[in-house]
Amino acid sequence: MARAWVFGDDVDTDQIIAGRYLVKTDPQELARHVMEAIDPKFASKVSKGDVIIAGRNFGCGSSREHAAIALKAAGISAIVAESFARIFFRNAINQGLPAVVCKGVRGGFKSGDIVEVDLEAGEVRNLSTGKTFKFQPMPEFIMRILRAGGMIPYLKQTSGKPGAFK
Amino acid sequence: MAEKILARASKRERVAPGEIVEAEVDVAMVHDITGPMVVEGLREVGVEKVWDPSKIVVVFDHQVPADSIDAAKNHILLREFVREQGIENFYDVFEGICHQVLPEKGFALPGRLIVGADSHTCTYGAFGCFATGIGSTDMVSVFATGKLWLRVPESMRIEIEGKLPRRVAAKDLILYIIGDLGADGASYRSVEFVGEGMRDISVGGRMTMCNMAVEMGAKTAMVPSDAKSKRYLAGRAREPYKVVQSDRGATYVEELTYDASELEPQVACPHSVDDVRAVREVEGVEIDQAFLGSCTNGRFEDLLQAAKILKRRRIPKSVRMIVAPASREVYLQALDRGIMKIFVEAGALVEPPCCAACMGGHTGILGPGEVCISSSNRNFRGRMGSPDAKIYLASPATVAASAVRGAIADPRDI
Repeated sequence: MARAWVFGDDVDTDQIIAGRYLVKTDPQELARHVMEAIDPKFASKVSKGDVIIAGRNFGCGSSREHAAIALKAAGISAIVAESFARIFFRNAINQGLPAVVCKGVRGGFKSGDIVEVDLEAGEVRNLSTGKTFKFQPMPEFIMRILRAGGMIPYLKQTSGKPGAFK
Repeated sequence: MAEKILARASKRERVAPGEIVEAEVDVAMVHDITGPMVVEGLREVGVEKVWDPSKIVVVFDHQVPADSIDAAKNHILLREFVREQGIENFYDVFEGICHQVLPEKGFALPGRLIVGADSHTCTYGAFGCFATGIGSTDMVSVFATGKLWLRVPESMRIEIEGKLPRRVAAKDLILYIIGDLGADGASYRSVEFVGEGMRDISVGGRMTMCNMAVEMGAKTAMVPSDAKSKRYLAGRAREPYKVVQSDRGATYVEELTYDASELEPQVACPHSVDDVRAVREVEGVEIDQAFLGSCTNGRFEDLLQAAKILKRRRIPKSVRMIVAPASREVYLQALDRGIMKIFVEAGALVEPPCCAACMGGHTGILGPGEVCISSSNRNFRGRMGSPDAKIYLASPATVAASAVRGAIADPRDI
């Protein structure tokens, strides 16, 4: 059962993974420090499959792809937010981490609620309260990248030619 | 402007906001933090040759000289990569911050589409080009094919009227605008800074404003090319260029006007770039560190403004002031003009050209409870070290004035 971790507006990439860890590229190493600035114990509390629910402008700031990598390696299976900063959004999709824009979701969850994200149906369900939030499903080319587990695995599956998704 | 550049780059007659285009990139830049992941990605996909080595620029600026074995390994990896790929536009640890080096070396030209694996790539828009930050995996795509899908952004017009008063800088203006619009006030948009007031602002000041546009979510920011920016490019431009201007009657999703002549020194308070107040409101907050540098404000004119305040003054022992020129060129200029001597005599620490304290992973790291006033671009919690440190963002003049006072101070009072 996936649990929700709720965050506010403007969660920046420095909070997701601090500058001093960027020298590393190993996902597990990065995952140990994820969200450390907000909650030093976050990495040990989060379980595989958990979902982040956030407010506006999630992932603002630096272009560091380490942020999406760290969240995914920590076990996060999707991020549902009121809105995303654009570079983070692209990085998350490229890492195979669904980043879902869903209006009104922030107020519909508290940390610990049981959550289900249905990408095909375009629904986020709060199984603890019974409430459902709808979002515009992602276009097919993004779904193909997500199903492959990210852009790099996707390119390996296809001809190896980036742009082949077009 | 954004639409015209993206239409040209995607070989289309015209493009409209919201459309997704596959655009051909003119220049692609990576640095020592984002580059290694690109090289690993290319190897994983099995790309043997980059699309065009002459269009790739690699700059070492975040961890220079290497401060750990991991950083040294990243440098080795990238040096091998540029050698193997025949990338000549490689600037090792000597040259400075990517966003200063690319304009200096004539890569940031009007009308170009430039992507960089760094969020502050939008700095180059000061020269009338479309420049935007992307992640490392997107850069794998670009290095392999020279192309990237982009959503054509809506354009937003910000007109600046009037002249900035004495000791009020372009930095104060952009901080004020971000404070007004919020951290996502220009999300996904292309921001055009125009008007009489903009023409009055130096090329360096325009770079500061475009640089920080990402702090309000902008995809890119641009200043129309004019005599001032052309003069800067004379003798630097690597290729001939054609200026792109907005059409008369171009459509904007939002049009705003700010009066620069009424502005006073501003400061962004911890822990968000949009918590902006007049320096007057936070005067007297004691500081431990003052940082002058970064791609936002490490240029010669920034150092000059600070030096005017620090000349024949001593920084109190309670404050560490760190100065890092944005590039070797800036460093040399400052040495020639005796500015570095002023800093050292005042008690500041001068570092080599690099990102320095701004990234919080190299030098000048803050400890718990410490307060820093910085000329850089981000004051996020933990940005410069401890999550329990506080960062105030301000202009070079305000940083220098605060260093002298040992507490946040208005540069007009010194």
